[in-house]
Amino acid sequence: MTVNLNQVESLTLQGQIAVPYTWWVGRVGSRFLIALRDEAKIIGNRCNRCNTVYVPPRGNCGSCFEDIDQFVEVSNEGVVSAYTVVRFKYPLQPVDTPFAYALIHLDGADVSLAHIIKADLDKLKNGVRVRALFKERSERTGHILDIDSFQII
Amino acid sequence: MDNIAIVGVAQTKYERRKKDKTYYDLVFEMTKGVLEDSGLTLEDIDNVITVSNDFLDGRTISSMAVGEAAGAGDKNISTVEGDGTFGAFYGAMRVLGGFNTTLVVAHSKGSEGDVKHITNGMFDPIFQRLLGLEAISASALQANAYMDRYGVREESFARVSVKNHANAKNNPYAHLPMELTIEDVMASQKMADPIKLLDCSPVSDGAAAIIIANEAHARKAKTKPVWIKGIAHCAEEYFLGDRDLTNPKSLRDAAKRAYAMAGIADPLKSLDVVELYDAFSYMEPLWLEGLGLCNPGDGPKLLDDGITTMSGALPVNPSGGVLSSHALLVAGLARIIEAVLQLRGEAENRQVEGAKTGLAHGINGPCGQSHCVWILGTEK
Repeated sequence: MTVNLNQVESLTLQGQIAVPYTWWVGRVGSRFLIALRDEAKIIGNRCNRCNTVYVPPRGNCGSCFEDIDQFVEVSNEGVVSAYTVVRFKYPLQPVDTPFAYALIHLDGADVSLAHIIKADLDKLKNGVRVRALFKERSERTGHILDIDSFQII
Repeated sequence: MDNIAIVGVAQTKYERRKKDKTYYDLVFEMTKGVLEDSGLTLEDIDNVITVSNDFLDGRTISSMAVGEAAGAGDKNISTVEGDGTFGAFYGAMRVLGGFNTTLVVAHSKGSEGDVKHITNGMFDPIFQRLLGLEAISASALQANAYMDRYGVREESFARVSVKNHANAKNNPYAHLPMELTIEDVMASQKMADPIKLLDCSPVSDGAAAIIIANEAHARKAKTKPVWIKGIAHCAEEYFLGDRDLTNPKSLRDAAKRAYAMAGIADPLKSLDVVELYDAFSYMEPLWLEGLGLCNPGDGPKLLDDGITTMSGALPVNPSGGVLSSHALLVAGLARIIEAVLQLRGEAENRQVEGAKTGLAHGINGPCGQSHCVWILGTEK
């Protein structure tokens, strides 16, 4: 039997893959998240060879290919080095639009930290100073969003 | 490097939703198509590379499901999970490594999954992914930094969208051929400032394939061989905040190596046509800077001065580029295919007259974390 496939209805099948993961954060990442949770502090670490201070901290320096063992506290304040005000919605955004993503160069760090800015979006520009706004102690769980957002100073 | 050539190409039309074809159908169609184009048979092919992404396909080890469709039943088959330019790079390595021929086939159907969820999955699960970043918002950070550093205006990005969608009208494979004005782009829906809807590439369904052959086997093909003169890829840091997003240093490195391999000292003079990965409009001028075709910050000027238009000295994306058709992973292979068609003189209405040397370019990772550069030529 020959069938004219152009006349066959095209069916779809609805599906979803939901795979649970339990990611170990690593000791270096744990140190960072615990400092957010317990002390409301932002911890970075410094490569002994090139002196780069990384935030978030990491176990080794990718450019020097060296282990890093020296933790440093960086400031909760810094300047915005890039930003975007997000207008479209999708389910994985942690806050309602409009809000902004920003790369924030914290005082004492040599790289920028990606995070969220919720308020005063009309005052946002590169070079503006911002400060980390932490959630209440009881709400902090050792999560990047223990920093609720950054606020323009 | 030994002489190796691209001796066959095939691509589907790119469209929003290919509801009449499965992945398997697309790969089968492209494998047949590329063999037909080259005049070779499956017996002439001794190595197969598939290009796919498990998240996009919704299947673990997605490549294994399309091996038979790629004619790989009795052949050495392996996979690249990344852009098609990187899959083709691996294919070239395999031919240089001793295989006579390699067939590279890429497929993706963005319409079947959810691309925002999937591109969110590019980011590390601890520090960046939970912020909800995905391709559009991450790219918007790069566009913002680029504008700020060099005083680039949004209208310059809009002009790229106008050019490439207009070029797409000459490409029968393009998903979104459109006659636009700068005002249309500027007035389109705001996504993540400064990126608006018409600054974004569409999500397309599509597939494509090429055959790479050593010199002896290139002679067996019926097509005019297009020689691989230089290839290189480089990558930079994973975390967005570690990178200078306004300076695509991995592209600079890759381009430098590819030019050196091809013996090119002055790319602006030597190249006749460029097909690059403009997933967003701002990427075209930024990547042109990375390719060393102008000084940092002068990318938009190349279009303002008409150099990169169809009638200019170096047409960029005559096909309409990725802005007009974006089947993820396939899009880089499509850049190579478009360059090959140009060099064969078979690009029809989008032909750049007398093109002898072409550049094709692809990216992997957010904001062009890695770049792959191909220099192709009509002469060995």
